[in-house]
Amino acid sequence: MEKFDAIVVGAGPSGNAAAYTLAKAGLSVIQIERGEYPGSKNVQGAILYSDALERIFPEFRDEAPLERHIIEQRMWLLDDDSHIATDYRSDAFNKQPYNRYTILRAQFDKWFSQKVSDAGALVICETTVTDLILDGNRVVGVRTDRENGDLFADVVVLADGVNSLLAKKAGFHPELKAGDVALAVKEILFLPQETVESRFNVKEGEGVVIEMIGKITQGMMGTGFLYTNNESITIGVGCMLSDFKESGVSPYLLLEKMKAHPSIKPLIQGGEMKEYTAHLIPEGGLKAMPQIYGDGWMIVGDSGMFVNAVHREGSNLAMTTGRLAAETIIDLRQAGKQMTRDNLAVYRAKLDDSFVMKDLAKYKDMPGVFHANPQFFTTYPELVNNAARHMLTVDGVDKKTKEREILKSFTASRSLFGLMGDAFKMWRAMR
Amino acid sequence: MIHIVVCIKQVPDSAQIRVHPVTNTIMRQGVPAIINPYDLFALEEALRIKDKFGGFITVITMGPPQAENALRKAVSFGADDAILVTDRAFAGADTLATSFALASAIRQIEKDMPVDIVFCGKQTIDGDTAQVGPGVAKRLGLELLTYISSIQSVDIDRREIVVQRRSEGGVQVLKTRVPCLITMLEGSNEMRFATMPNMIRAARTTVKRWDRVAAGIEDVTKIGLKGSPTVVSKVFAPSPKTVKAEIITTNRGAPDEIAAALLMKMFGRYPHVREELHKQPV
Amino acid sequence: MSEETKKPAGKKKFELDPALAEYRGIWVFIEHERGVAHGVSWELLGEGRKLADKLGVQLAGVVMGAPGEDTRRYCQEAFYYGADHCYLIEDPLLKDYRNQPYTKGLTDLVNAYKPEILLLGATTLGRDLAGSVATTLKTGLTADCTELNIDVDIRSLLATRPTFGGSLLCTIQTLNYRPQMATVRPRVMAMPPRDTTRSGGIAEQKLSMIETDIITKVLEFIPDQNTNKINLEYADIIVSGGKGLKKQENFQLIRDLATVLGAEVGATRPLIQSGWVEAGRQVGQTGKTVRPKLYIAAGISGAIQHRVGMDASDVIVAINSDPNAPIFDFATYGIVGNAMTILPALTQAFRDELAARAAAVPA
Repeated sequence: MEKFDAIVVGAGPSGNAAAYTLAKAGLSVIQIERGEYPGSKNVQGAILYSDALERIFPEFRDEAPLERHIIEQRMWLLDDDSHIATDYRSDAFNKQPYNRYTILRAQFDKWFSQKVSDAGALVICETTVTDLILDGNRVVGVRTDRENGDLFADVVVLADGVNSLLAKKAGFHPELKAGDVALAVKEILFLPQETVESRFNVKEGEGVVIEMIGKITQGMMGTGFLYTNNESITIGVGCMLSDFKESGVSPYLLLEKMKAHPSIKPLIQGGEMKEYTAHLIPEGGLKAMPQIYGDGWMIVGDSGMFVNAVHREGSNLAMTTGRLAAETIIDLRQAGKQMTRDNLAVYRAKLDDSFVMKDLAKYKDMPGVFHANPQFFTTYPELVNNAARHMLTVDGVDKKTKEREILKSFTASRSLFGLMGDAFKMWRAMR
Repeated sequence: MIHIVVCIKQVPDSAQIRVHPVTNTIMRQGVPAIINPYDLFALEEALRIKDKFGGFITVITMGPPQAENALRKAVSFGADDAILVTDRAFAGADTLATSFALASAIRQIEKDMPVDIVFCGKQTIDGDTAQVGPGVAKRLGLELLTYISSIQSVDIDRREIVVQRRSEGGVQVLKTRVPCLITMLEGSNEMRFATMPNMIRAARTTVKRWDRVAAGIEDVTKIGLKGSPTVVSKVFAPSPKTVKAEIITTNRGAPDEIAAALLMKMFGRYPHVREELHKQPV
Repeated sequence: MSEETKKPAGKKKFELDPALAEYRGIWVFIEHERGVAHGVSWELLGEGRKLADKLGVQLAGVVMGAPGEDTRRYCQEAFYYGADHCYLIEDPLLKDYRNQPYTKGLTDLVNAYKPEILLLGATTLGRDLAGSVATTLKTGLTADCTELNIDVDIRSLLATRPTFGGSLLCTIQTLNYRPQMATVRPRVMAMPPRDTTRSGGIAEQKLSMIETDIITKVLEFIPDQNTNKINLEYADIIVSGGKGLKKQENFQLIRDLATVLGAEVGATRPLIQSGWVEAGRQVGQTGKTVRPKLYIAAGISGAIQHRVGMDASDVIVAINSDPNAPIFDFATYGIVGNAMTILPALTQAFRDELAARAAAVPA
C-alpha cells in the first residue's frame, strides 16, 4: 500500500491546520475524517480568534466565510429573572484587522477543508480509523474500516477530537472522566439581518458576544452564551458532564428554560430554529492532559485537552497545536531526522513557548475550584442580582441602609469567612 | 468492453432533515448534499456489470459546480470517469430541458467511446418526477426500460439484454437491444462500500467540466428556463387543518374504557364507518 | 384554501400562441393490464370531468390494447365514470405494455386529434409512457400532482404538487405548449360516482407499426409469489404502525387489529427501511397514497412525509404516547397512551362489536 509522509486523523480545526501546513510544505499527506464531510462531527460556539488562523492563512479575511466581527462583549450574571451585566464595547475593535469573528462551523470547516485539498492533501471522508498500526512501540500507520484500508506513514497526527477512541485504544491517554468534560448544547436561530442589528445595536458586519453565568445552569457548573451571526443568533449552554449526570437535568430542557429567561427571551424573539447540536468539550485543562507525542505519533486539538475553558478558547488552541505539530514534522524532515519520541519532543517545547501551554498552566486549578464551590453559580448570582435590585429600587429607604442590608445579606449567605475564602480561592486559581 | 454512462444528480439530503427534540420543528440548516439515493441503485448495477464483463463507467451530471462532489463520490465507488455539465444557461431547467442537455452531452461522450448502456435513477428525491430517464432515451433513440428490478443477462456481442421490469402484480421479462437506457427500481441491489484505493483515486481525480459548448449544445432555446415548457407560477405553504383531534379520555384512563369510548363516539358520528366494519363476512 | 407567498408584480397578460388554439378537450389515458383496469383511470376521469366543465369542452378516455372484449369494456366503464367519448387503438402489438408501440400510438392520436390536456396515472406504466410521450411531443409534463385546476381565461392547467421534501406546495403551468400533461398518483383524487346510464361514441384509430419495428419483446410475465396480495391503495380500513411501536414484535398488534377489522396493514417508511414490514405497505409521500374510510395510526408521529399519504382518510384515529405529536393536529380522534396497551384493547372492543352484531343477526 501507498506510503505517505504523514497521516492526519480528523478534519476539524486542528487536523485541518496540521494537514494544510504539511501539504503546503510539500509533504504527502492523507487526512481521514469519519464524518460525511469535514465539520459534520464538529460543533463549536462559534468564535474565530484571528491570531491563530492568521499564522496559517495570513489573508484569510479575503476568502474565509465569516459572520460578524465582534465589537462588544457582554458578561451577564443571571438570577432567575434578572441579570447584572458588564459590557465592554470599544471602537478599537472596529478597526481592521478585526480580532474576533463569529462563524458558522459548517461553512467554515468546508472552506478550510477545501484549502487543505487545494494544498495537495488527500481528504478522505466517511472513513473511520479503527486502529493504529504498530511496529513494536512505534506507530507506523493506521487501519481504517474500508477494504484495503491500511495506510502507512512516517508519522500519524491524531486530531480526532474530544472522544479520541484511538488514543484511548492505543493507551496514550486514560479514559476521559465525566468531571473533565462539559456537555454543551446549542441552537442557531434565524433572524433577519436588520433585526439582529437593531436588537443588538450594531451596524452591518458588527457583532456582539454575551457570556452568561448564573442560575441558568440550575446549580451546575457551566456557562451560557449568545453570539450574533449575520442573520442568525447562536445560543447555547454547557455544563460539566458529571453535573448533568448527578442532577439528571436534560441539556435540551436547560436550554429551553434559558431561552425563556426574561433577559434573553426578547433578544431571540421570532427566531426560527435552523440547527440544533450538542457536543462534548474537554475542560479538564492541563491536569487532564495526556501524553501528547511518542514514536511516530502526535496529538493535537481537543483530544489533547487543549481547551482553555475559562476564556472559552478551544478552536484557536486547536489550530495552533495543529500548526505547531506540522512545523515540528517539517523541521525534522528537513533535518533528515526520524519521527521518534525524542525528536518529537520539540513539539512540547514549541507548545511551552506559545500561549497554549502558558494559558493552560495559568488556569490549571480553575476546574477544581469551580467544581468544589457551586456557590459561584447559584448563591453569588442571586446575591449580586438582589443587591442590584435593592439598590436600584427607589422605595423611600435611604441608600446607607440599603448598603448595610446588602452587606448583611452577603455575610448571612456566605459568612464573612466564607466570602474571604471564596475571594482567596478565585485569586489563587486565576493567578 | 462495455461502456456504461450513469446519469446522477446531487440533491439535498431530506433524510437528514432533523426534528428538534423539544419543539418538534423541522431543521433545514446545514443539510448536506448527497447523490440522489435512487441513482445509487443505477450506479451499483453498472458496477456489477463492469465486475462481470469488464467495462468502463462514465458518470455524468448536469448541475452547479458543487455537484462535483457527487461525481467524485461516484468515482470512489468505482466509476472510471466523471463529467460535470455545468453552465449558467442551464438554470431553471425543467425535465424536458434537462433531458435535452444530458442527451447532448452523452452524444459528445459517444464521439470518443460508443455507449452501450445508459443508466439513470428512477427519480430524484427533490424533483420526484421520473421524467429525465425517459426523456434522454427518447432523444438518443434508445430503448427505454424503466423500473427494472434485475438484469438477467447481457450479451454484448449479440447486442442483447434481458431484464425484469416491475409491473402491477408481478414482473415482465423483457428482451431488447443494446444500446438502451435503464432506470433501476429501488431496492434492486445494495451499494457496495468504497475501497480505500478507490477513495484515494477519487480524491485525486480531476472531474471534467463541460459548459454548454463542450456539451455540444448549440440551440440555447432548448436549455434552461427558455427550454422549459413548464414554469412554477407559485410556491406556498399548505393550509393547516384548523380542527385538531378530539382526545379520548376517561376518568380511570383504562385502555378498555378508552377503546369503548372511542367506538361509541366514532360510530355515533360516522355511521358509515360502522357499516364498513360490518361489511365483513359475519 | 391555500395561501400564496408571492405574486409576480406587473405581469404581462399572457397570450396563447394562436397555433395552439386548436388544441381542445381533455383526455385521460385509461390504464389496464392483464384484464384489469387501474382505478386511477376512473379517479382521473372524475377530476377531468370537473376541468372539462370549467373549460366547456369534452372529456375523452383513451384506450389502447389488443383486439377483444376487454377494450370495449374499458370504454364502457370510461363512459360510466364521466367520459363523453373515447379514442380506441386496437392492435395485437399492444397486447402487453411496451414503451415503443404505446408511445407511438398515443402520440399519433394526440397529433391527430389535438387535446389541450392529457392526464395519466402516476403508476409504473403511466410514468414510463408519460415521459416518453411528453418528450416526443416536446411538451410540458408535471408529475405526481395533488391538485388540478384551470385558469379559464388563458386555458391553463394549474398543476399543484409538493416540493422541498413535501413541506411546501408549488403550482406549475405549461403555458405555451400543448398538450399540457400531468400525472396523478392513485387515490390522490376521489373516485367519482359510476353512472351506468351514460354512454358515448368511440373513435377508432390504427396503430401504424409492425412487430419488427418494435425492438423490445416481452418474454413472459411472472406474477408475484406473495399469495397475500397487498391492496393498500383501495382498502377501506387500514391499520398502520410507526416507530413508536419500538420493537418489531409489537407490530403483531397492528396485524391482530387489522385481522379483526378485515383491514389492510400499513406502515411508515422507517419501518420498511428497518425491514419490519414489506415494502408494498409503505404509506406516505414516497409510498402509497390511501383514502380509506377509517385509518388507525399507532406509534406514528404524523410527520409531513407520512401525512400526505393518508390525511384524505374519512376518519383518522391516532394513538401516540406523545401529546405533542403532530398527528393530533389533524386526526379525527386521538388517544394519548401506550400503543402496546391500547391496540389490544381496541382489538377486543371491535371484536365485541362484531360479535354483538352477529348475535343480533337472525340465523
